[in-house]
Amino acid sequence: MITALSLPFLAKKPIDLPPIVSIELIQITDKTNIPYAPKAKKIIDEIKEKEKKLVSEQAPPKKVKKIKPESVPLPNEKVEKVKKPEEDKQNPEKIDTEVKQVSEFEKDELFDPNNIAALIDKSKEETADTINKIDKVTQDQQKNIENIGLSLSEEDALKAQIFGCWSIPLGLPYNENLLVRIKLQLNPDGTVLQSEILDHARMNKPGQGFYKVLAESALRAIKLCQPLRVPTTGYERWKELQLNFDAREMLEG
Amino acid sequence: MKRFLYIIFFVFWPIYAWSLIEVDITRGNLNPLPIAVSPLSIDEESRKKFEQILNKKNIGSEISVIVEKNLKTSGLFNPLDKDAFLQAPDIANLKPRFEDWNLIKAQALITGKVNLIDEKMRVEFRLWDILAGKEMMALAFTTVPTNWRRVGHIITDKVYERLTGEKGYFDTRIIYVAEDGPKTKRIKKLAIMDQDGENNKFLTLGNELVLTPRFNPTSQMVTYLSYFRNLPRVYLLDIETGMQEVVGDFPGMTFAPRFSPNGKKIIMSFAKDGNSDIYTMDLENRVVEKITNHPSIDTSPSYSPDGKYICFNSDRSGYQQIYIMKSDGTNVKRISFGKGLYGTPVWSPRGDLIAFTKLHKGKFYIGVMRIDGSGERLLTENFYQEAPSWSPNGRVLIFYRETKTDDKGEGFSAKLWSIDLTGYNERLVNTPTDASDPSWSSLLSN
Repeated sequence: MITALSLPFLAKKPIDLPPIVSIELIQITDKTNIPYAPKAKKIIDEIKEKEKKLVSEQAPPKKVKKIKPESVPLPNEKVEKVKKPEEDKQNPEKIDTEVKQVSEFEKDELFDPNNIAALIDKSKEETADTINKIDKVTQDQQKNIENIGLSLSEEDALKAQIFGCWSIPLGLPYNENLLVRIKLQLNPDGTVLQSEILDHARMNKPGQGFYKVLAESALRAIKLCQPLRVPTTGYERWKELQLNFDAREMLEG
Repeated sequence: MKRFLYIIFFVFWPIYAWSLIEVDITRGNLNPLPIAVSPLSIDEESRKKFEQILNKKNIGSEISVIVEKNLKTSGLFNPLDKDAFLQAPDIANLKPRFEDWNLIKAQALITGKVNLIDEKMRVEFRLWDILAGKEMMALAFTTVPTNWRRVGHIITDKVYERLTGEKGYFDTRIIYVAEDGPKTKRIKKLAIMDQDGENNKFLTLGNELVLTPRFNPTSQMVTYLSYFRNLPRVYLLDIETGMQEVVGDFPGMTFAPRFSPNGKKIIMSFAKDGNSDIYTMDLENRVVEKITNHPSIDTSPSYSPDGKYICFNSDRSGYQQIYIMKSDGTNVKRISFGKGLYGTPVWSPRGDLIAFTKLHKGKFYIGVMRIDGSGERLLTENFYQEAPSWSPNGRVLIFYRETKTDDKGEGFSAKLWSIDLTGYNERLVNTPTDASDPSWSSLLSN
């Protein structure tokens, strides 16, 4: 248990705690960027309490990664997916070949009316089983996607929105590190509840005056873009978001 | 082993699952920032007194117009139309209603007030971040009323620096050669003006030919070349006092004297024994030192801002190209390799770029390249243009351009133009006469 709890800390690089300096222009919260130990603990506990099958039945991480946002099953698609295996299981291979040769009407005639009830019963069982299995897998996959982050299209939509709002200060020295990381807490409607500049200590370092200008421009972009173009569902996964503003690419041309 | 893998998976899955979503924003827009410049508020008593002294109806409005023009000229700001402002200047200066300014899409706001106190002009101004609803900066200046234009330039410099991250270039002056008359009998005078073309003054009468004036980067001193009895002479002129002195007579063709970054030396090229090389002269003891020693023509030297290197122009490869060397003349290295001829290299005050004139296929270009010669960018192209000079922040270049004024190509006009490093913001700088050889001063308020 101790190992399990301490491993998340090992997974992250130690972060230097910058001295908290009050800046007049930019809101600085008391929060640090120390990662999510309490959350990790909570999740581990939650998972332990939940059925262990869930973990074992779950597709391995690699497979989950392959699931593209586009393949996230919509309610309608679910029904289709359920139907397909139902047909396969109902119709053994032999019949399948025959089915290919006959019309839809002829296909119906292949069934023995006396056995229909039995077949229906069997199919019900199998269908229910299949639905359960597929639903479980789909829910797991859905959960994983939700946990992974934004889909590509969701991310693109958000990026495109912020690109339009961010006026890059052109006087920045392009041979410097021009990365500003801002952690946001969002409301379900995409408005910003709280914003925090993660490297705020850099603003007070000598020779880093440009960083303040850059950070302010990033904050302005966020405010200008509000409400952010976030997905309409899955608030839990994006209620906290980190935006990494990097002006280097633009300034180097 | 299987069990171990389960443990690893079990432990790391939550971390993976709960890692914070990160989105990289690597692009933005380069549109000018919408900014509202509210007229500086002024009480009635002060307004009347200023009107008597300066013959300006509302000096608060006049100053704000200067700020507005400067910001617009920079190409980085879009000053909003004053007619759209919903809040009166005096109230806005106390506490802007951010919603009102947000409504007209302003992202920044400048407010302020001007008073006459003990015959002195006192100007306060504030810069507000409309989106954050915060004051970004507040400053006050006191000066004589006749300095009102400079106050506008200083305010612009402060706002520019606060919003772009680099120093401004508005409280500066430009010295140039004012030209008049036909091409065969051209009268050339030394002239100086504010960077926005205002307050133009002629410094010489035009009896002698003047060439290549250059500002000292550390003071309001100018060096220039003039011909006295057909002999080139290098002069020093103090703009503040009007005092002038001869640095020396130099034989043969002498070119483009220029100050070292600390202002203690002059570097130039002149021809001795039929060969043009680069020399420096110590202004304290007047000792001349030869820097290059090559049978080719070496001209147009310019120091790097740290004074450790010199870029210059030489035809030692057979064609006119740009070279750099250490300030003692060693380690000469060619940096320009493009097609065409390169000349008039000038090192940027930021130290990162070298501006040049390029002649290729009968056209003249003003361009920049990195100090190792990479990243050559041609900013502007024309029939004839040359002599770029950097603004003190290294963002804008001023140069002169000759244009034909009739179909036969006989008449011509020379004017000063400025262009920023993006190459998009090209502007004509107004001068009362034709103009050439501009040189940009450092910030006056430094």
